[in-house]
Amino acid sequence: MNTYAGLDIGSRSIELVVRGGGETVASRRLATTYDPAARLRELFPDGAPDRLAVTGYGRELARELFPKALTITEIKAHALGAAHLFPQARTLLDIGGQDTKAVALLPGGKVGRFEMNDRCAAGTGKFLELTATVFGVPVEDFGRLALTGNPEAPVIGSMCTVFAETEATTLMARGTPPADIALGLHRAIVARTTAMLARVGLELPLVFVGGVARNPCVARLLAETLDAAPLIPDAPDMTGALGAALWLEARCP
Amino acid sequence: MTDAAHMALWESLDLDIPAHDALLAVLGKFYGDIYLSQQGRLKGAEYLDFVLSEVHGLRIKEIQDTKATGKKVVGTFCVFVPEELTLAADAIQVGLCAGAKAGTEKAETLVPRNTCDLIKSFVGFKLARLCPYTESCDLIVGETTCDGKKKAYEAFGEHVPMHVMEVPQCKGPCDRDLFRAELTRYKDALEKLTGNTITAASLAAATKVVNAKRQALQRLARLRSADPAPISGRDALLVNQISFYDDPVRFTAKINELCDEMEARIKAGQGVAPSGTPRLLLAGCPMAVPNWKLPYLIESSGAVIVGEESCIGERNTRDFTDETPTDLDGMLDALTDRYMKIDCACFTPNTERLDHIAALAKELKADGVIHYGLLFCQPYAHEALKVGKAMAAAGLPYLAIETDYGMVDAGQLKTRVEAFVETLS
Repeated sequence: MNTYAGLDIGSRSIELVVRGGGETVASRRLATTYDPAARLRELFPDGAPDRLAVTGYGRELARELFPKALTITEIKAHALGAAHLFPQARTLLDIGGQDTKAVALLPGGKVGRFEMNDRCAAGTGKFLELTATVFGVPVEDFGRLALTGNPEAPVIGSMCTVFAETEATTLMARGTPPADIALGLHRAIVARTTAMLARVGLELPLVFVGGVARNPCVARLLAETLDAAPLIPDAPDMTGALGAALWLEARCP
Repeated sequence: MTDAAHMALWESLDLDIPAHDALLAVLGKFYGDIYLSQQGRLKGAEYLDFVLSEVHGLRIKEIQDTKATGKKVVGTFCVFVPEELTLAADAIQVGLCAGAKAGTEKAETLVPRNTCDLIKSFVGFKLARLCPYTESCDLIVGETTCDGKKKAYEAFGEHVPMHVMEVPQCKGPCDRDLFRAELTRYKDALEKLTGNTITAASLAAATKVVNAKRQALQRLARLRSADPAPISGRDALLVNQISFYDDPVRFTAKINELCDEMEARIKAGQGVAPSGTPRLLLAGCPMAVPNWKLPYLIESSGAVIVGEESCIGERNTRDFTDETPTDLDGMLDALTDRYMKIDCACFTPNTERLDHIAALAKELKADGVIHYGLLFCQPYAHEALKVGKAMAAAGLPYLAIETDYGMVDAGQLKTRVEAFVETLS
């Protein structure tokens, strides 16, 4: 049986999806760390698989390490993965560690218009991680904390990570409960994200992927804002790797 | 030129030698990576390589030698400064260094931090004593094409001899009158600077020289409509960049030779990228040497650039100056007409630019348009949105990029450009 490996090298994590016989046969996820090359050698101790497609910001690195690997952008990979899981989806939102991407999905998982955040990481997983640190809360629990916030709580206006931290600190000094501030930060992210979705011409249903799709507060606020719950895969951070594997499968049967 | 001769030249211009050495080392590496690594280049590109390798050497020596005979040197930053008048006064016109990060901290003592890199760069190059062109100038001509520039020139004028031309913001009859008056004022400034009188004969001769240069550049631009593309976008951009500082007559001859070679290639069905490679039109802000980041990212993402809708490109070369008037007044009118056709984003309204981009994309058989905006350049940031709508209406795929001279966003830009190219193929 031919197998097709899709690898997504993101800023925070590396995901691998292996497909064979038309289904996913293996998947793995590990932290990127400061030495992604070492992590990749660890992942493939016997060398890269014959059929390997790489996506994510580390795709150039992978091409150096594994010269036979093919590369596609994470925008295309996520679109293919998302459309495979939810063929009815019309718009894709991917919030990863470093980037936020909004994509208009065309039939067959083709990419229409897309938007990507500029160099600043406002509204991404990085932003959540840094602001969670201000509260001394693990990022995995930050969304749950925000869900307990009072909806009447102040809105955080700043979307620059550093300014948002200043704003949060000021509110904390005034005695605003951490959960309320956390909710304010999450609302700021969703406001920014919905603006990006609007720019690509949002059509429902929306599929939400990337690590931040695991954050229950972002997902709920998105559902409230759009008046429709986003479709979220069971493993939202694996969509890029899945898409890369699917692309390879379709390309070299 | 030998290293010793270079050094003596730069010392005579009071450049900051160690910092200038470092700049040239970076430029050389950058050029090697982006230009010399290209496959299947035209033989005529040797001229480009040579000019660039001596960008701060031979051409500066030539300029200094000419200065020694009494000629004056005028530096500019904008296509609104009419080279016809400068040449008619028997002066040399050069574009100044403004395409790399240099002296940024010093520049930020004269201009605010939230200023575009082009402005910061020309101020920085001067304050850090890194640009032999700026240091060779007897007069620097600014223009009021945006608020950032016009305020920067106020501060810059304390460091260099400065003349500022007012470029109107609309294109009505009174605006035309204003620009006509500004041409006369520039003519007077040139006559005062050089001691030469601009005559109908000298202006007619100068107009011929500048029009011939435009003709060669237009010829090159037209040849790029061939598929496969006969020249890379990077090389074509370099041609346009060099047009601002090499001797215009020599430049015209060399570009015509390059065009001959391109024609032969087209006939032979050869190109720099295989037929079917996605073709892109690059529109937006000017790219001064060595601002090659985006073109490089685009052309290393499986696409080829077939046109530059930019001041260092099409906007500078599209229109000729009418050569039929025989008296000075008529010639100045012709210059006014020609320069008022420029569709710079400083104008309101500026709808002709939208039509030009769509028409150009069609002529060049472009598959899509990438708009380049320099971070903090408000006029082009606004137009990026308008161009987006116009391209949607014309059915042309469109991507707007906003960036600066730094490399920190190269990864993100590459993802966006590659994803855009993926949607085309």
